[in-house]
Amino acid sequence: MSAAEEVVAEGNEAVEAVPKRSMTMGTGTSVVVLLLLIAVPLFAKNFVIFQLTQLLYLGLAVLALNILTGGSGQFSLGQSAFYGIGAYVTAVMMEQFNIPYFLCLPVAGVLCFGVGFLFGQPALRLSGVYLALATFALATAMPQLLKLNFLEPWTGGVQGLVVTKPDAPFGLKMSQDMWLYYFTLFVVLAIYIFSVNLLRSRSGRAFMAIRDNEIAASAMGVNVALYKTLAFGVSAGITGVAGGLSAIAVQFVAPDSFTITLAIQLFLGMVVGGVGWLPGSIVGAAFIIFVPNIAEGVSKGLSGAVFGVILFLVIYLVPHGARQVAILGQQFAGRLRRN
Amino acid sequence: MLFERTLRTAALVTAVATLTSGAALAQKKYDTGASDTEIKIGNIMPYSGPASAYGIIGKTEEAYFKMINDKGGINGRKVNFVTYDDSYSPPKAVEQVRKLVESDEVLAVFNPLGTPSNSAIQKYLNAKKIPQLFVATGATKWNDPKNFPWTIGWQPSYQSEAHIYAKWLMKEKPDAKVAILYQNDDFGKDYLKGTKDGFGPKASSMIMMEESYEVSEPSIDGHIVKIKAANPDVLLIFTTPKFGAQTIKKTAELGWKPLQIITNVSASVGSVMKPAGFEASQGVLSAAYAKDGADPRWNDDAGMKKWAEFLDKYMPGADKTDASIVYGYGAAQTLAKTLEMCGDDLTRANVMKQAASLKDFAPDTLLPGITINTGPSDFAPISQLQMQRFKGEKWEQFGEILSGDVAPE
Repeated sequence: MSAAEEVVAEGNEAVEAVPKRSMTMGTGTSVVVLLLLIAVPLFAKNFVIFQLTQLLYLGLAVLALNILTGGSGQFSLGQSAFYGIGAYVTAVMMEQFNIPYFLCLPVAGVLCFGVGFLFGQPALRLSGVYLALATFALATAMPQLLKLNFLEPWTGGVQGLVVTKPDAPFGLKMSQDMWLYYFTLFVVLAIYIFSVNLLRSRSGRAFMAIRDNEIAASAMGVNVALYKTLAFGVSAGITGVAGGLSAIAVQFVAPDSFTITLAIQLFLGMVVGGVGWLPGSIVGAAFIIFVPNIAEGVSKGLSGAVFGVILFLVIYLVPHGARQVAILGQQFAGRLRRN
Repeated sequence: MLFERTLRTAALVTAVATLTSGAALAQKKYDTGASDTEIKIGNIMPYSGPASAYGIIGKTEEAYFKMINDKGGINGRKVNFVTYDDSYSPPKAVEQVRKLVESDEVLAVFNPLGTPSNSAIQKYLNAKKIPQLFVATGATKWNDPKNFPWTIGWQPSYQSEAHIYAKWLMKEKPDAKVAILYQNDDFGKDYLKGTKDGFGPKASSMIMMEESYEVSEPSIDGHIVKIKAANPDVLLIFTTPKFGAQTIKKTAELGWKPLQIITNVSASVGSVMKPAGFEASQGVLSAAYAKDGADPRWNDDAGMKKWAEFLDKYMPGADKTDASIVYGYGAAQTLAKTLEMCGDDLTRANVMKQAASLKDFAPDTLLPGITINTGPSDFAPISQLQMQRFKGEKWEQFGEILSGDVAPE
């Protein structure tokens, strides 16, 4: 085995082969979860609704990474860059050019797809940890690129840009937060359905073939280069939409919001949610939003350490994340039924 | 007849007086977050993340209000100080401030730290009409009562500080050849702008070089060598602490002795002058508004005695050379004063009104002669500084108190 092949094999070992059916949830569970997501905001305070909105768009970003890593077996620590581009494109279009927010999001998505696709080209030659490092460089560079002087008239430079929150349309008597929540839910749902279908399609099978064994995939006639960059592009595009939603919800973008820390959080969310299990993305997002708050509640001075301990326990006890918990739950339910 | 009328008038006056005083007594007004027994104040601080060194400010403020509560509170009400970690991340700041406002239901948000975090929450708080009191950042934009009537600053802005340096140079060294080393972000650019505005029409003739560096650069020695080659006789060091120490050290290594002025942010003895070397630091200039907790000169100062007592009792083991403790104490004292002035009218509007009515208020930790003044159109509480020179192992203030009020565009 040559050195290059060894690297390929090494890279693929880290991502476990997840059969495509187990990447999603059963219909019954999906309906229950959806009904919950629709109903909860009706009884919640605005702050809780805002947190749920956060949960949705961060979940979307984790989902995007999940398609890349769980689907095609490529690593990325650069998702924060695409997220930032999406957020900035949306913010600049909304604030500087007065374009309605629902038109900004597709633009952000398409643009990030382009950037991701182009970045995927050179990144193709790299795999495993090397690819992770290359994307890491992208994440490190992004906050500084956003600060560039010649972009300042649009981006506001280091000061960032304040975004106006949209009102509910058609004279609906709904708070801005609630409207944004349902809008986000709609977008996330649409992309989720798209992602599930994508992974079930011919392209999805190609992704997974590459993930499981690149050489075998190419021997079977899969255009490895095309599908790898495609996976990168799709992932970047979805991340861009998530970033755009975050800009609208947070009402502010600044270069320092899109640092490498965000990329690592998304990565963490993916692992905790279960690599390759799409519904786990929301669980992963919940982990990265709520667990730091819980840790802070336990001890302000040691919040980082508390967070570390919780994370360690999760990885140690359920290494496959939420997916493992879901499977255990299913088995348990099955046993109950038999009894 | 006349007597009768007098009597009637007297009765009327008494009646009116009784009525009004009764009205005054009953005038207890509260907004969410205030009650007969409690005033709830929210705060966000970077307890974790890149700026976590500033977390001590939040801890000092928490301890300060504990002291206030032990002494009976403010006008009989205890201060409930709720502080959360925002990790210096703007989205997290929004989340935490919304939690403070919508879940904890605080009366006001006090001393949130960092320009990015404050920019992120400013619009939200102003839309909700919740006071964003005494923000912990030196950007100039917080003094903008017309557009943001619910946001007020505290410390002198970077621009006014730079203004003061420029004015001082024009007076003391009118033929100076000035080189400026600045950090390439809003912090450095604010200083750059303040200097240019301060020089006015003379800016182009006095400033011979502007050199910027990125925070991510591990060492800025190369920039110093480049500046030295241009041979200016004044070097303005608009840097954060780490780079300030590097600059002073490198100029000394090069055997170069220009007149150096360093930002107040980087004037810390413990984290800048000592690492740079006391010998190299002799004669460096800066400006200050607060007393130095480590300077024995203030041992007999009434204000600093109170500060030291507070530290011994409520923050035992705290590092007295840490300027953040002096800062947190001064800011907390300003809030306490504002709340005291509110009396029994603890509405958000009145809190803001009182915050903008501070007259010649001198917290224990400010330099003698420097006072806090605000008004309906002046939302920059501290705008005075005094020049200081590094001598021996500490700073020595000299000259008069200089004022550098700068209004944002």
